[in-house]
Amino acid sequence: MSRTDSLVDADWVEAHIDDPKVVLVEVDEDTAAYEINHIRNAVRIDWQSDLQDPVRRDFVNQQQFEALLSAKGISNDDTVVIYGGNNNWFASYAFWYFKLYGHQDVRLLDGGRKKWELDARELVADVPTRTATTYKASAQDTSIRAFRDDVLRAIGTQNLVDVRSPDEYAGRLLAPAHLPQEQSQRAGHIPTAASVPWSKAANDDGTFKSDDELKALYEGAGVDLAKDTIAYCRIGERSAHTWFVLHELLGVSNVTNYDGSWTEYGALVGVPVQLGDIAGTPEGGAA
Amino acid sequence: MCGAVAGGLSIEGLDMSKETVIQGQVSRDGQPVGGAYVRLLDATGEFTAEVPTSATGHFRFFAAPGSWTLRTLAPGAQEDRQVVARLGQIAEVEVALSA
Repeated sequence: MSRTDSLVDADWVEAHIDDPKVVLVEVDEDTAAYEINHIRNAVRIDWQSDLQDPVRRDFVNQQQFEALLSAKGISNDDTVVIYGGNNNWFASYAFWYFKLYGHQDVRLLDGGRKKWELDARELVADVPTRTATTYKASAQDTSIRAFRDDVLRAIGTQNLVDVRSPDEYAGRLLAPAHLPQEQSQRAGHIPTAASVPWSKAANDDGTFKSDDELKALYEGAGVDLAKDTIAYCRIGERSAHTWFVLHELLGVSNVTNYDGSWTEYGALVGVPVQLGDIAGTPEGGAA
Repeated sequence: MCGAVAGGLSIEGLDMSKETVIQGQVSRDGQPVGGAYVRLLDATGEFTAEVPTSATGHFRFFAAPGSWTLRTLAPGAQEDRQVVARLGQIAEVEVALSA
């Protein structure tokens, strides 16, 4: 994978906006944003109601994903371009999700909705109609998804990259600062995890930094990219952004996203937790 | 509305004893600016969070006590404001875009 396979800019999108084999998909944290306006011809996928199982905490299964994409009018051979607000957090999550179920050609719009808006490009309220398809998904590619046991095995041996803000890493906050802080789980981070906030990979306008800047960022934080890497955040969407950077832009193959992330890990009984600004030892502890 | 703060967003439903709130409104020529992006940077300048403003130009962060910078981005404009937040209090910040 490389930048040109996985990332397009706004000019590319404007040039392909009427191409029937290019499907624009908006995925936002604020799922109501699409209803106000969106890029012309874009369809919406709701990260919560469309991509999460309504009962248990897990993704929709292969058949449900097939039904979703079929209803959205997406074919297996379409080029899917995903964009969203919040610097493409949930768009990155959806990108990873499309890869999880084996979609071949999926890309992100660099800068997402924010860059598009700051450029004052056209947004419309009209909802496009796409003919339903018969989409075939692959079984989940778990080589890009980490579970809690993978994380526990990685403590002190492989790379764990905590991509939350420094205050969440240290345990001073439990959630991003634009969300209420009341949570049931413990604060802190997984022992030995490096702190590389996802935001360091993005410019103010939401576009990704250059490959050289990105490589220097992770190596500077002591992440040995020759080892396996697990990225995590609070619920797996910001770490999908980092997964995208490492796996798609820098072409590092052995990278997984732990979607359970801190809301799962921080609620587990008996696992080590590290507080403060240091990575800590495998046993964890107070700063 | 019960619990409303003059000129600001309502705090109804929030347990303010546990929250450190930074909120405010973005305007340009006296008119509220919806859809601007407000970025919350910590005391070292590190990015912490970002929200788009509402149709009425309002924004809100649940922060931690300390010194913060609010960086507002809108088409053709960028404005930085310093703010100090305290537990249990609301720091109200008015951001007037010059461009």
